[in-house]
Amino acid sequence: MISTLYLSAINKIQSIFDSASPQAEKINRLGYGFLMAATGILLLVIVLTVYITIKFRSKENTAEPRQITGNRNLEIIMVGFPMILVIVFFFWSLNVMNAVNPDRGNHKPDVVITGHQWWWEAAYPGLSVMVANEIHLPTGRKLLLQLNSADVIHDWWVPSFGAKMDMIPGMDNFLWITINKPGIYEGTCSEFCGEQHAWMRIMVVAQTPTDYNKWLLAHTIKATIPNDSLAHIGEGIFMNASCGNCHSIQGTVAAGMEGPNLTHFASRHTMLSGIMDNNPQNVEKWLTDPQKVKPGAHMPRFIFGKDSVRALTAYLTQLK
Amino acid sequence: MKAINLPEPEKPIPNLSVSNNQGLLQWISSVDHKQIGIMYLWLSVIFLVAAGCEILLVRLQLAVPNNHFLNPEVYNQLFTMHGTTMIFFVAMPAIFGFNTYLVPLMIGANDMAYPRLNAFSFWMTFFGGLLLYFSFLAGGAPDAGWFNYAPLNLYNYSSSPGVDYYCSGLLIAGIGTVTASANFVVTILKYRVKSMSLKQMPLFVWMILINSFLILAAFPSLNAALVMLLLDRQLHAHFFSAQGGGSAILWQHLFWLFGHPEVYIVILPVFGIFSEVFPVYSRKPIFGYTFIIGSGMAIALLAFGVWVHHMFATGLGNTVNSFFAASSMLIGIPTGVKIFNWLATMYGGAIRFKVSMMFAIAFLIEFTIGGLTGISFTLVPIDWQLTDTYYVVAHLHFVFIGGTLFGLFSGLFYWFPKISGRMLNEKLSKWFFWLFVLGFNTTFLVQHALGAMGMARRVYTYPDLPGWGILNLISTIGGFMMAIATGLLVFIIINALRAGKKATRDPWDANTLEWTTSSPPELKNFDRVIPVKSTRPFRDMKRPDDADWKKNRQ
Repeated sequence: MISTLYLSAINKIQSIFDSASPQAEKINRLGYGFLMAATGILLLVIVLTVYITIKFRSKENTAEPRQITGNRNLEIIMVGFPMILVIVFFFWSLNVMNAVNPDRGNHKPDVVITGHQWWWEAAYPGLSVMVANEIHLPTGRKLLLQLNSADVIHDWWVPSFGAKMDMIPGMDNFLWITINKPGIYEGTCSEFCGEQHAWMRIMVVAQTPTDYNKWLLAHTIKATIPNDSLAHIGEGIFMNASCGNCHSIQGTVAAGMEGPNLTHFASRHTMLSGIMDNNPQNVEKWLTDPQKVKPGAHMPRFIFGKDSVRALTAYLTQLK
Repeated sequence: MKAINLPEPEKPIPNLSVSNNQGLLQWISSVDHKQIGIMYLWLSVIFLVAAGCEILLVRLQLAVPNNHFLNPEVYNQLFTMHGTTMIFFVAMPAIFGFNTYLVPLMIGANDMAYPRLNAFSFWMTFFGGLLLYFSFLAGGAPDAGWFNYAPLNLYNYSSSPGVDYYCSGLLIAGIGTVTASANFVVTILKYRVKSMSLKQMPLFVWMILINSFLILAAFPSLNAALVMLLLDRQLHAHFFSAQGGGSAILWQHLFWLFGHPEVYIVILPVFGIFSEVFPVYSRKPIFGYTFIIGSGMAIALLAFGVWVHHMFATGLGNTVNSFFAASSMLIGIPTGVKIFNWLATMYGGAIRFKVSMMFAIAFLIEFTIGGLTGISFTLVPIDWQLTDTYYVVAHLHFVFIGGTLFGLFSGLFYWFPKISGRMLNEKLSKWFFWLFVLGFNTTFLVQHALGAMGMARRVYTYPDLPGWGILNLISTIGGFMMAIATGLLVFIIINALRAGKKATRDPWDANTLEWTTSSPPELKNFDRVIPVKSTRPFRDMKRPDDADWKKNRQ
């Protein structure tokens, strides 16, 4: 089910006009209202400019025109009219602001999302579920996201959901979203955050509450224990080669928090925040030379032998 | 005509003892405001070429999706240097070039108030720029964007010395900017020819006066932030590092408290240029002289109360955001209404389509687009969607190019005969105009759409999403059209300097004092200045029966 959704999502751009939440719809209506007023003003300026420049162009021997220095009434209209527009739009936008991002009160966040250089971490409070990059959310209910950063400033932005929000080290930011219907929604980090800012794409998988709960339950389960010998060798390499200093795999000794949690790595569709599909060939490429695949990424190059890479890949790709 | 004695310094001005013909040494040692003004303008052209080359490489990288032409490290240095150079070493020196050259001439003075300080200001800007560019040889250029957000600008995340060069280069150039502004204020207030009251000053000079106060108030915030950042990076202070008890958001407050006034700093002088150009080529006085001064002052005051509109997505809360939304909307009014002042100036006039005027007319439409997209950011929820996307990139280039650069071009084509004594080739210049305007719109109009389609700014590459590839390719093609146009402009200028037609002292039938001097003016600007009884003293002299001051008396 998800994979077909995934395919249909990657064939479609998601602009700010494809609202998938009531918050985004409200912003959109304000946007259309503004667009109309702005188009009106722009047309007025264009028409006046074209008319005046054609009508009053100088011809041979045109005498000096009448020397007018101003007109008080016209000046009052020039200020008064935009003033009215400003007041209308100010109160309209105030209204939308409060509807889109109301005070949080005592609400506890439903998901805590943390930006890292250059990947996303999502933790589900109250559960031991921790995922990276592919973030699952339920539809039909108002969710409070808590947004944090582990290093520099990042920014959470999924155009179809509406507002973006910065993730600032040392600060807790919050954002309300209500997702209308299931689907795959794409977004991107929207604050320049260093070398791989471009490859910090967001992928949200929105599911009906039943599917979502199923997914949550599946992700509370500890990592699968490898049952073929190659994967078993891979597990050994993983645990001995200090991979666990940065990565966590629940149910093993690997408990690092610097890099993405890999407990259910193989259930994700893409890897490295959307840079490539998650398949064994790409995993091998990545393990062989991370800096070639994603220059600047904080994963060191371990100079594994070909056999080790194959074993590690076998281990990682069975972590469903 | 009655001659008027000029305020002359009691001791001889140093430049009067220097012979006029000593080649390079003459330029390097000059304290003459005209030579320093010309050096500012050339400095700006040199940096324009540098920043232009940087951005062409960036546009090549973005021409197709998933491109590997540049690696992200180089890409980030290039776009950072492009932005920083354009603001601090192209726009500012170009504006200061016009200011330094024209302000004394337009107020009937023989030089700036402090000629040596004037030279000092220029050389500080020059060496500041040189130091910034030295970073390329010293281990890497700055790579955290022109507004250089913390904590990405700290040593942990940007360990090349680039950001240190950014701090030192901008600090040094900033000292030059502040001293130059103090010099303008004193010159304008104290060195006007005696008969010129404040209400008779050309609007260009008025805008420079307002602008200089704006600079004096805005730059300290930037300079303080740069020093704090240097302390963080070099001496391990913790102003901007959250782990050490500092605040990342503090940098943004300090930077934008300078940065937003900076936007007006590079547009107000240009409003001054247009307020000279429109009347002359329409053969009418400016519509609403007092109104333009008043709205200029309103902009300058409001400019210090709008900085948070760069930070609507940082989570400061709806109360703070709505205050700054209101102030940002308000500043749009004095800025936008000027468009109608200029339209009304043309209305009923006799419009002459010289290239300078064509840039002014094109500006009316381009700047309206940039202004309106700017207003869309004051509607906070729209800002939440569109900030930090290509929509912002489009917006800021429509105001910086469609506003500032078009104004500088307009001023260049207007004053070039006065500055050089040569006429520019009008036919080639029109080619340049159309090519540049077409290239500009091709490059940036499509970027509005890219932003709305979800493309974040400052990405070194992007996935192959429908529409993204083709829009980016169009943008790149437009960029190269602008580059070709700029090459043509440099050719036109050099051609005119070598073999241009000689300019008369008043080729455009203008109104203000600088046109009463020879083209180019002598080393000593004026022996005598014509009496100033209105805002258009030169026209009063040319048409004594219809003089403005006679009408005002009625």
